Amino acid sequence: MLRVDGVSKNFAGLQAVKEVTFEIQEGEMVGLIGPNGAGKTTLFNLISGFIRPDQGSIFFKEKDLRSRKPHEICRLGLTRTFQIVQPFKNLTLSENILIGALNRHNSYTKAISVTNEIIDLVGLARAQKRYGLDLNIVESKKLEIAKALSTDPALLLLDEIMAGLNPTEVQQVIDLLMKLNRNGITLLVIEHNMRAIMSISHRLIVLNYGVKIYEGSPEKALKDSAVIDAYLGEEINA
Amino acid sequence: MNDRNRKNFIILAIIVVMLALMPFFVRKDYILSVFINIFLFAYLSQSWNILGGYAGYLSLGHTVFFGIGAYTSSLLLLHLGLNPWLGMLVGAVLAGLMGLFVGFLSFRYQLRGIFFAMITLAFGVIYRVIFTNSMILGGAQGVLIPLQKPSFLTYQFGSKLSYYYVGLVMLVVILIITVLIENSKFGYNLLALKGNEGAAEALGIDTTACKMRATLLSAFLTAFAGTYYAQYLTYISPETVFNTNLSIEIVLIAIVGGMGTIFGPTLGAFLLIPVSELTRSLLGDKAMGLHVVMYGVILIVFCLLLPSGIIPSIRLSMRSRASENA
Repeated sequence: MLRVDGVSKNFAGLQAVKEVTFEIQEGEMVGLIGPNGAGKTTLFNLISGFIRPDQGSIFFKEKDLRSRKPHEICRLGLTRTFQIVQPFKNLTLSENILIGALNRHNSYTKAISVTNEIIDLVGLARAQKRYGLDLNIVESKKLEIAKALSTDPALLLLDEIMAGLNPTEVQQVIDLLMKLNRNGITLLVIEHNMRAIMSISHRLIVLNYGVKIYEGSPEKALKDSAVIDAYLGEEINA
Repeated sequence: MNDRNRKNFIILAIIVVMLALMPFFVRKDYILSVFINIFLFAYLSQSWNILGGYAGYLSLGHTVFFGIGAYTSSLLLLHLGLNPWLGMLVGAVLAGLMGLFVGFLSFRYQLRGIFFAMITLAFGVIYRVIFTNSMILGGAQGVLIPLQKPSFLTYQFGSKLSYYYVGLVMLVVILIITVLIENSKFGYNLLALKGNEGAAEALGIDTTACKMRATLLSAFLTAFAGTYYAQYLTYISPETVFNTNLSIEIVLIAIVGGMGTIFGPTLGAFLLIPVSELTRSLLGDKAMGLHVVMYGVILIVFCLLLPSGIIPSIRLSMRSRASENA
């Protein structure tokens, strides 16, 4: 479904992403992890069209994404969320979701009903009349998912949507992601919460200094020496 | 959507009925001319509001579109004898094209905020210089609009009352357009891109196309006011129609009333124009420039008391009261 092939990005001398290659199949839930500054969000920005790769190619449903703008990529069915939540502050929560739905479905009534479905699905019914700037962190994070869902995505890129949530709320989001996946949405998830990422990922991709150092099952990742080194540093007497 | 539209149309209907009946009670020429001024500025500010208020792109060069409207219909009438109603349409199309050009230059490089304000301000100045210095366009002394037999067809009337009603109709039309925009996909997309362009793109909104459309519409509508102004005063000059102060006045009115709201700019015009008329008539002969100082003081007080504009401030206090009760 998504094919990232030898993608590199250099920011004024800093190699943010270097020759990263991977594929995601339809229906998968893939975790993308790595220490801070490993290039995870840059990779998301590259895939979603916010920045252009220096090298390599990105294909989604056999379509080349490199020449496309973010809104075009979104319309192909690939939507991303932002690590720093970006609600429209002066619009109500339901209007925030309605915007994406209106741009997906041309009928107003259809967009309204989609919006209401999503509000129920993510469990935001109680906050739907509140304004973007009045939402707390949990509501903002859920809204970020809800906004992405309003575009009716086939592949969803989620950037640290569990950061700042307590264990109960994390569990709610995990349950939500499982449900979305069962409903047929493919997920690529950046997450620092290891327990969460382990429990939802079919497969893990690990980045360090912009390089892919591991790809495979979550269980094996914990035993992989390169991954351990990246997270814990090399053992002194190795 | 229909509920909110209905509410707005009811407010609009009340305003229209009151203003339409007003001349039956007060018919003094001076009062009518103040109202004509209010309608003109309310209309201009409402046009500006589509781009500046809803999309959040602060244009300081709307005189460009106003002036194109005024000059196009006037020059076509003067040289070719073209009916001003048709000239008005030609002017609006030209202004729209100019809007697209300014938009193309700015949005291609993702200009926004203060940089967009600067490029539009520069265009305003450029136009003033061009029109001041080219004799074909009337030069510094401007253009006298040839007098014709007063009738609706010639867009020239014998009484102020007719201009009053034409101005009122224009204001009503733009208010209807604004209500329709606010509750449309286009309106939501503008609000979204004003809030956060990256997030709007991520939701599948073609932000560049939306900004172009907003600029086109805003410029196109602004030009109509140019023709109205020219036909009403029968004289235009670069000094008046391309005046930077006029650009700023249009923006100020929207800011005071409430940018990005349906009735904000109109409310702003109904407050500020009489204030400026009053200070001028009360203080204008006392000391040079004193009325401008007073007007400035009143503006400062407005901005201190209601920094986000009247309508948004009212909305905000209603919102916080509602959440306290909840």
